[in-house]
Amino acid sequence: MRKTCLDMVYNLAKTDKRIFFIGSDLGFGTLKAFKEEMPDRFFMEGVSEANVIGMAAGLALEGKIVYVNTIATFITRRCFEQIILDLCLHNVKVRLIGNGGGLVYAPLGPTHLAIEDIAIMRACPNMTIIAPADVDEMRRLMPLTVDHDGPVYIRLGKGFDPIVTTDNVPFEIGKAIPMRSGDDALMVSTGICLKIVLKAADQLQARGISAGVLHVPTIKPVDAETILDGVARVRAVVTVEEHSIIGGLGSAIAELIAETNFDSAKQFKRVGIPDVFPDKYGSQDSLMRHYDISSESVVSVILKLLDA
Amino acid sequence: MTTLPITITAENSLGCAALDPRSKELRKTVIRMLEASRRGHVGSAFSVIEILRVLYDDIMLYDSQNPRWVKRDRCILSKGHGCLALYVILADKGFFPESELWKFCKPDGILGGHPEYGKIPGVEASTGSLGHGLPIGVGFALNAKYEQLDYRTFVIIGDGESDEGSNWEAAMSAAKHKLDNLTVLVDYNKHQSYDSTYAVLDLEPLVDKWRAFGFVVAEVDGHDARALQDALRRTPVSVDKPNAIICHTVKGKGVECIENDLNWHHKSKVSDNEIVTLLNGLEMY
Repeated sequence: MRKTCLDMVYNLAKTDKRIFFIGSDLGFGTLKAFKEEMPDRFFMEGVSEANVIGMAAGLALEGKIVYVNTIATFITRRCFEQIILDLCLHNVKVRLIGNGGGLVYAPLGPTHLAIEDIAIMRACPNMTIIAPADVDEMRRLMPLTVDHDGPVYIRLGKGFDPIVTTDNVPFEIGKAIPMRSGDDALMVSTGICLKIVLKAADQLQARGISAGVLHVPTIKPVDAETILDGVARVRAVVTVEEHSIIGGLGSAIAELIAETNFDSAKQFKRVGIPDVFPDKYGSQDSLMRHYDISSESVVSVILKLLDA
Repeated sequence: MTTLPITITAENSLGCAALDPRSKELRKTVIRMLEASRRGHVGSAFSVIEILRVLYDDIMLYDSQNPRWVKRDRCILSKGHGCLALYVILADKGFFPESELWKFCKPDGILGGHPEYGKIPGVEASTGSLGHGLPIGVGFALNAKYEQLDYRTFVIIGDGESDEGSNWEAAMSAAKHKLDNLTVLVDYNKHQSYDSTYAVLDLEPLVDKWRAFGFVVAEVDGHDARALQDALRRTPVSVDKPNAIICHTVKGKGVECIENDLNWHHKSKVSDNEIVTLLNGLEMY
């Protein structure tokens, strides 16, 4: 997913001279062609995130569209004040590409786990947050980021995730995508968790339960209309995300539901990472299972909610 | 090693230059703003006022009726709390009507306690949180190089602000990109909010630090308009190095009884008596 995303930045930059790229201290050879072909628009600025964001803001205030890339933890936490003031307060076109959102860097431990990135980005006025489910969706969304107003945070998954999205509907920033309809329950996911909820929908169908799937690639601004329309049709709603249950997709949906008067009562549950620092290594998959972010767990949660 | 040919003497080394009528008039307007709002970072504004005055009077190219003119020189007051001085000068230059000065920090005004981009004509970046101006200035200067524009970028940072690591990240970046079109002016009054800079977090040897980070460095009396003009007119000294001018200043300069008095770093609920004291002090200076 990262390679696809950065290749698209390169391809977009080839035809749009407003596009600049700034990396911190990325892997050797990253965007080699960009550097060679457009050296005056390619910067590798070292482990200096505060400066990188301010510098990007300065370029963007001069009319440039700046894509910045480093690991999701460092691009959100280390320079948070530069993000909220230099980018969001000035409302400039800087695109933050965060590698390894969620539990991707499981073997590297908690310093490298971006499990609160969505929460802190959600708190920033003017920020748009996008978490695609696979590389095909990445290909559809990247061209739209060029002229989108204000700063954008693009949360990347690990890569080589199965292709689960389709191009049946054009990608639109700020729009949720209904993937399946269902009468009993609704599963709402973002990022690569779409594959989990699609599998859960199959498992529930085998049990005679009709569960809908709503993919929310844009977490902010959240598509309240589509989400509430989906919630209104069912009894039980579950959100699934590779993120802390505090402040992410689940919180956004909970806020919408809590402030809406439905005709019938709703059962609601967030599936995500509890309010802890993960204390195990292993892999992204093993940590996801450890925190019950799996199709089996989602099925179990929905069965309980429908029983309630 | 390149150094500006500025001679530091006992007279000009500590910001002890006398104030001419323009410097006094600008300070008087600051006091009148204070009278209207009863609050503000007075000491910080009086410290930076000649730096701003010289930039806007003698050095920078700009069009106050077209503040986004693409070829204008850019100035970022990174120590945003010194904004009283900036506002007085921007109004003096016609960026906005003088009447705005009397609405400082008021609900219907455009001038807040820190400068805001987009609200105030002539303000290039929102500052207030320290350590943000120089990285943004690096972006401005890089853009000039890319677009082959001749505009220059000036960033004024405080000495307390120099504690922030982001300045030094940006300094490395500016030197790497050989931003000779970038000039950092350090308002070095040796005081920050709590105490002297020596006591809180000593910056010395400050000249050596900037030089070590790849800048051409000059030292001037930051209240001596002629010395500031000379120093700024000599920049860029080197075609491949950014510039730093260490401006030796006095916090509260121009009213003896508040000079170097940390109670006047920021003042709220300023009384009528204090306004009279400030005006009289300025008159007698």
